[in-house]
Amino acid sequence: MTKEIRLMKGNEAMAEAAILAGVDAYFGYPITPQSEIIEYLMSANTAERTGMQVLQAESEIASINMVYGAAGCGKRALTSSSSPGISLKMEGISYLAGAELPCVIVNVVRAGPGLATIQPSQSDYFQAVKGGGHGDYKLIVLAPSTVQESVDFMRLAFDLAFRYRNPVMILTDGIIGQMMEKVELFEQQPRLSEAPEWATRGKKPGEKSTVVTSLHLESEDMEQVNLRLQAKYREVEKNEVRFESYRCEDAEVLFVAFGSSARIARKAMDLARMKGIRAGLLRPITLYPFPVDEVRRLAGQVSGMLTVEMNAGQMVEDVRLAVNGRTPVEHFGRFGGMIPGPDETLKALESRLEEWHKKQPAQAE
Amino acid sequence: MAEQSIISPENLVYKKTEVMTDRELHYCPGCGHGTAHRMLAEAIDELGIQSETIGVAPVGCSVLAYYYLNVDMQEAAHGRAPAVATGIKRVLPEKYVFTYQGDGDLAAIGTSETIHACNRGENILIVFINNGIYGMTGGQMAPTTLPGMKSSTCPMGRDVKTMGNPLKITELVAQLPGTYYVTRQSVHTPGNARKARRAMKKALEYQKENKGTCLVEVVSNCPSGWKMNPVDSNKWMEENMFPFYPLGDIKVPGKGLVNGGKDGR
Ligand SMILES: Cc1ncc(C[n+]2csc(CCOP(=O)(O)OP(=O)(O)O)c2C)c(N)n1
Ligand code: SF4
Ligand SMILES: [Mg+2]
Repeated sequence: MTKEIRLMKGNEAMAEAAILAGVDAYFGYPITPQSEIIEYLMSANTAERTGMQVLQAESEIASINMVYGAAGCGKRALTSSSSPGISLKMEGISYLAGAELPCVIVNVVRAGPGLATIQPSQSDYFQAVKGGGHGDYKLIVLAPSTVQESVDFMRLAFDLAFRYRNPVMILTDGIIGQMMEKVELFEQQPRLSEAPEWATRGKKPGEKSTVVTSLHLESEDMEQVNLRLQAKYREVEKNEVRFESYRCEDAEVLFVAFGSSARIARKAMDLARMKGIRAGLLRPITLYPFPVDEVRRLAGQVSGMLTVEMNAGQMVEDVRLAVNGRTPVEHFGRFGGMIPGPDETLKALESRLEEWHKKQPAQAE
Repeated sequence: MAEQSIISPENLVYKKTEVMTDRELHYCPGCGHGTAHRMLAEAIDELGIQSETIGVAPVGCSVLAYYYLNVDMQEAAHGRAPAVATGIKRVLPEKYVFTYQGDGDLAAIGTSETIHACNRGENILIVFINNGIYGMTGGQMAPTTLPGMKSSTCPMGRDVKTMGNPLKITELVAQLPGTYYVTRQSVHTPGNARKARRAMKKALEYQKENKGTCLVEVVSNCPSGWKMNPVDSNKWMEENMFPFYPLGDIKVPGKGLVNGGKDGR
């Protein structure tokens, strides 16, 4: 069977992918630049196609808590928003992480802080990767850089969410959400028929009732829960790191960039190569778990790294942590909705070369 | 009568419902929460729907309601129970879904979730325990605290000029087309408790017929927060809470608002 190829907008493609992934319920609240997701779902006749429930909630707070309720029943629940709305969801996200409920949250990032602008940005990296809500928890964070990946990651996100009983965030931005690209859609997946044993589906006679909660009043218990969560995160770090490298084998300088920025950095890398600069690009796909080992390995090879981000320097901190001083790591960014161009990105690299070449790359450990 | 014959089935006149666990309640002596739990549990029992019921616990003194109510339950964030219940009901429409919430939870931090769930006519039962105070956090002012009533955050009494008036959220949601049955009850005497149980049972029956949101308010006491002994607290409740929050149906199926929805009589 030949696969169907369609030209789709990123947001609509994600919505279609959600239906195809067998998602049971979507709860959302409109906000630019991602309202096409709920608009698409509302006009896609999901009730007939798969039985998927779609509801426009009164707020992002309500929608994430609806996700909590549906996820607590062992269903595939999805919500999406953009930065200001994601801030409102943070309370619920912390509760979902605490109660170990699987779900997927899409953040089509726009610039901040505050109401700011509807233009694309990557300034929610910290919020997605470092917490945002309260408590020691982690989201698995996937960063697509194409419309195709936006589609593929919807399915992957639910697989990971259920494998680890953990919320997964797809961190994309207004560029990928709004642009049209060709995509190959996957086949319709069935909705879940079995209820996981932790789900509230009505107490079976003679069995203990099931409780979904993040409350553990005794410190001893709460510490055990935290230790269990941390053990789970270590598993995630061991098994789920994803990244893509371009021309890293012989690279002597490295761009590190995710999502939209990675497309720009790749162009800058090509331009650099044309000028005889042996540049490579590492594109983290999972922002958590971060490709720490790969960054560390490359730190022994290159004379410097430049992160390209549509923010004031967020992922650069994770790169520096991984590199641990072994090679210079710098940040080039535009923000507030401005998008860096390949030429200025190349210039940013070139301006650092002399400095970097003075220092010898550290030896690999 | 010998002990054995008392406990033989044919002599049985009362039995603790299976829908309550054997766990010792953590509530203060004389607190209405325990009785309200039991009335809800008995309503579920009488309908034989224990295995088809999913509850949502609030943040408040009854945060651990799932220790006592022997049904599948989810613990919601403060005020978010109606949204959580919406999520449950939308994916499992054939189940009976209820929330159990205090006045701070339902009528302050969760006002939006309450009103919108009611306005959508979510087919859920909301059990609303109005004790006029934040019991769990040590007796602070609630949205329902009476004018002049003292609490730790209005030690001179609630001054409505600066602190706002008590919110009659039950009358408010009764105005919404999404609500089907709205009533105000109490559980401080056996007679009142039985009425409250009947109200909850009716509400669950309506849920089977997908009639819309049902809300059963229980005006209750908080001896600790009110700094009274249980007997005095019930007396104070009758004398002060009931005139402001009159008991009775507020919206009745088929008849609509009682007394224009102005109060519970
Ligand atoms: C977001 C958030 N804010 C505040 C609190 C603290 N808190 C816990 S319970 C509560 C008030 C509960 O009062 P009520 O809903 O009336 O329940 P009661 O204890 O009186 O039954 C507050 C303010 C919290 N847990 N979460
Ligand atoms: S503080 Fe008040 S509401 Fe809470 S258990 Fe004690 S008496 Fe009941
Ligand atoms: Mg209260």
